[in-house]
Amino acid sequence: MNTLVLMKMVPDIVEELEVGPDGKSLDLESLRLIVSERDDHALEQALLLKERRGGSVTTMAIESPDIDEILFTALAKGSDRAVKMVGAEPPLTTSEAAALLARVLPDVPNLMPVDLILTGCQAIDDLDGLLAPILAEQLRIPYLGVVTGVDAETGQGRATVFKEYAGGVRGEYAVSLPAVLGIQAAEKPPRYVPVAKVRSTMKSRTIDTVPAPPRDETSQLEILQMTKPEATGRAEMLEGSPEEVASKVADVLSARGLV
Amino acid sequence: MAGNVWVLAEHWRGRLSDLTFELLVLGRELAVGLESRLEAVLLGHGAKDLAGSLGAADSVLTVDHPSLAEPNPEAYCLALAALVEERKPRSLLVPLTNVSADVPSLLSARLRISLSNFCRDVRVVNGGLQARCLLYGGKMETTVAVPGSPAVLGILPGSRAGSEARVDRAPLIEEVEVALPSEGRVRFEKYIEPAAGDVDITQQHALVSVGRGIQTRDNIALAEELAEALGGVVSASRPVIDQGWLPLTRQVGKSGATVKPKLYLAAGISGAPEHVEGMKSADLIIAINTDPQAPIFTVAHYGIVGDVLDVLPALSEAVRARKGIHA
Amino acid sequence: MALTTTEPAEAATEITLDNLLESPQGRNLLTCIQCGVCAGTCPYGDVMDYPPRRIIGMLRAGLIEDVLVSDSLLHCVACYACMAKCPRGLRLTEVLLPLVKEQVFSRLPEIPAELQKALTNTLRYGNPMGESARKRAAWAKTAGVPIRVLSEDPRPVDVLWFVECYTSFHPRGQDNSRATAKILHALGVDFAILGNEEKCAGECARLVGEAGLFETLMDYHMALLHKYKFSRIITSGAHAYDAFKYEYPSLGFDHSVEHTTPFLAGRLDSLRPLLTRKLGYTVTYHDSCCLGRHNGFYEEPRRLLKAIPGVKLVEMPHNRINSVCCGGGGGGMWLDTYFKAKGRERLADRRVKEAVGTGADVLAISCPYEVSRFEDSLKVLGYDKRMVVRDVVELLAEAMEGAP
Repeated sequence: MNTLVLMKMVPDIVEELEVGPDGKSLDLESLRLIVSERDDHALEQALLLKERRGGSVTTMAIESPDIDEILFTALAKGSDRAVKMVGAEPPLTTSEAAALLARVLPDVPNLMPVDLILTGCQAIDDLDGLLAPILAEQLRIPYLGVVTGVDAETGQGRATVFKEYAGGVRGEYAVSLPAVLGIQAAEKPPRYVPVAKVRSTMKSRTIDTVPAPPRDETSQLEILQMTKPEATGRAEMLEGSPEEVASKVADVLSARGLV
Repeated sequence: MAGNVWVLAEHWRGRLSDLTFELLVLGRELAVGLESRLEAVLLGHGAKDLAGSLGAADSVLTVDHPSLAEPNPEAYCLALAALVEERKPRSLLVPLTNVSADVPSLLSARLRISLSNFCRDVRVVNGGLQARCLLYGGKMETTVAVPGSPAVLGILPGSRAGSEARVDRAPLIEEVEVALPSEGRVRFEKYIEPAAGDVDITQQHALVSVGRGIQTRDNIALAEELAEALGGVVSASRPVIDQGWLPLTRQVGKSGATVKPKLYLAAGISGAPEHVEGMKSADLIIAINTDPQAPIFTVAHYGIVGDVLDVLPALSEAVRARKGIHA
Repeated sequence: MALTTTEPAEAATEITLDNLLESPQGRNLLTCIQCGVCAGTCPYGDVMDYPPRRIIGMLRAGLIEDVLVSDSLLHCVACYACMAKCPRGLRLTEVLLPLVKEQVFSRLPEIPAELQKALTNTLRYGNPMGESARKRAAWAKTAGVPIRVLSEDPRPVDVLWFVECYTSFHPRGQDNSRATAKILHALGVDFAILGNEEKCAGECARLVGEAGLFETLMDYHMALLHKYKFSRIITSGAHAYDAFKYEYPSLGFDHSVEHTTPFLAGRLDSLRPLLTRKLGYTVTYHDSCCLGRHNGFYEEPRRLLKAIPGVKLVEMPHNRINSVCCGGGGGGMWLDTYFKAKGRERLADRRVKEAVGTGADVLAISCPYEVSRFEDSLKVLGYDKRMVVRDVVELLAEAMEGAP
């Protein structure tokens, strides 16, 4: 079971986000990047599959600030290989990234074919689409998203994939391989790797690089502006100590016959 | 004459989703602005009776095929691609829930048409479409000029009030044949229900819902205490469920349940769109959060800036006192 | 993994579990007489599969691997009780336990989620809460007295005040910081803080076994401190104090460092006249592990408390060297869910029962972890109307207000 994991960096929303001087994009000064949360789950799912079924895991990303640490961390967690696509001019929208990846994958030495391509089911900056389905279409292979479990016996040519629906219901699907899966949650939370292990991995391992193919597609969307969302409404704020506030709430509940 | 405005009528386990009706209201506005017609597209197998509820649209295109019986992105995409290529609508509005959220991406890639994702509003401006899209966990809004025709738009819950589209009118129904493979590469096998024995949060009249602000599993006891005093139960947002602190059946939001209790108390929940989707119709929403800028305060009726670990016990006491109960 | 010797004067030597037995510290450990006082005094001794006595026995027998694959050592809250009581004076909490725990940590099949989050947050944001580093010094705006931030005003300063994480981000910790700022200002101390450049000192990460994270933070702070000119460091964090005193010298750190409590006790003559308000509290003081057992600062906080007019001091049965840890050290701050799942009693609950038993109205503390832990326990046990928790500096600041 050979798996390719695709990861990317997104703005860290723990930080305050500001609009940049052009009024259409994020202010880079206040920006910090973090690995997309669902991609971390995709990596974890790939590692779990490898532990369960053998095979190899390759983690790949498009060059961006701080991506090296993510790739070395993937190696430290158990990914067999890390590959970085370099030379593509930023910024890339999700669909632009998918187009480049679809074209570069056959050129990565000793990579294809893989049985599974896993990536997060969506990211917070997927304005013009989600990576997993777009990539699947471009590679002409099957796709399923919102995945919370995967298993596959080697050599069967298909995987059993679980998709999450509302209310805790899951759908079980049989998916022909190779396929792209958009991971919502790995079967276990992403594992921890000690800092010392990442640091020693940085010294002992390397990240393969592959040049980006020339861009032939640009996103069709025209961004007119970016703003902080207007509050469509605002709650009536209750002030005071916890006891004072609690009393006010009890008044409200009482008035509505709820207590 | 501009092409039509299409709405993908989303249904799951025999029910049309609430979001479908919101999209019909939005779609009607756009159709009026573009001087064209509103059509609903219903893909399924044996689901034709649902078409009767779609009277807010001028007509309903139905496709019936066994491979469309359960949500299947591949089959949906093939069917829609065939329809779009044949009929050339101006735009296709797709509901963004777990059932259909990836359909826009598949279609956009297959037909090489534009996709505007995470839309919270769409308007006709100078004969074209402009969408306002929510990015970065709801922290930024991007206004885009939607290019091309057809264009696909993924629509978030909350853009319009769906009730306006729940009309008694019988729509014009057109059955369309689409050639689809009988054996797809993605095959639905079965549903797996969640473990039985837990409460059904959609039936509760009061929910005390906990988010990251509850900090530890132990602290959930504070919410349970308040829930008991109120005669309700505890529910939670995704991060709490992900930690395994409460079972999946307690999850409110996009991947959980949609609830409409009389009282929804959001304790330490930031109010990301995925969560708000599941609770915005509650009669009374009270939110507690340490961050005065938390998005939850835009959907709540009453807000308290404070630490849930302090406010929850105070609330429990006040409620008990009001009810004449002594702990 | 690297561990340094603990006397600041000695040169740093790299000791690992492998070469431990060949080092002076290791040979020292072999003089253990297997008396079991360590196990008997360990607050989690009844559930600790491998107290120091057994670890040393397993080391001697070449069976250390069994210890390293057990998760029992996650219960070690680094309270220094075993080390303080060891009749041989073996450097258990200082040398043996961190080495063993580092190996245990790296072998754990799964890190408890809360702890994992705290460590990931510390690496990324410089604090275990996961708050943006840019908000670290926000509390200073509400301090009510001017506070110099070195990144904005890098002129030389006498005292660099290393505030620490809980005292920057946690509401009760911020109360502590505001009180400290008020006192320092009233004493005319020339002080400044690092502000948003400051990160977690990482001592508890080190004590739970994440030596790599600690070293990353230590490297960062050493580079940061080189930018500024100051005579000494004081810190509100008891664990941060230990880090600066015992670990940082290995990278050449040679400034004087004090925890705020003994620092203020050293200035009691100037402070006493400012304590004008009478507080009619009966106070019992909880000796923190780092300040107390590890460094011997038992009397300093008591002298401060006795200097407050109207304060009556009563002692818990387990005081000074016998104090019972709040359970926050060694990673314990983020293992409550884990311990609860294993059915362990919270150490803070145990301690609070003892405190309430003295009849005091105030439980005084001087380590920032203790505030939230003891306040939690008081709430859970239903004593929160009978007793409140106050840091020594909060009481001092309260006594400084003018008469109402």
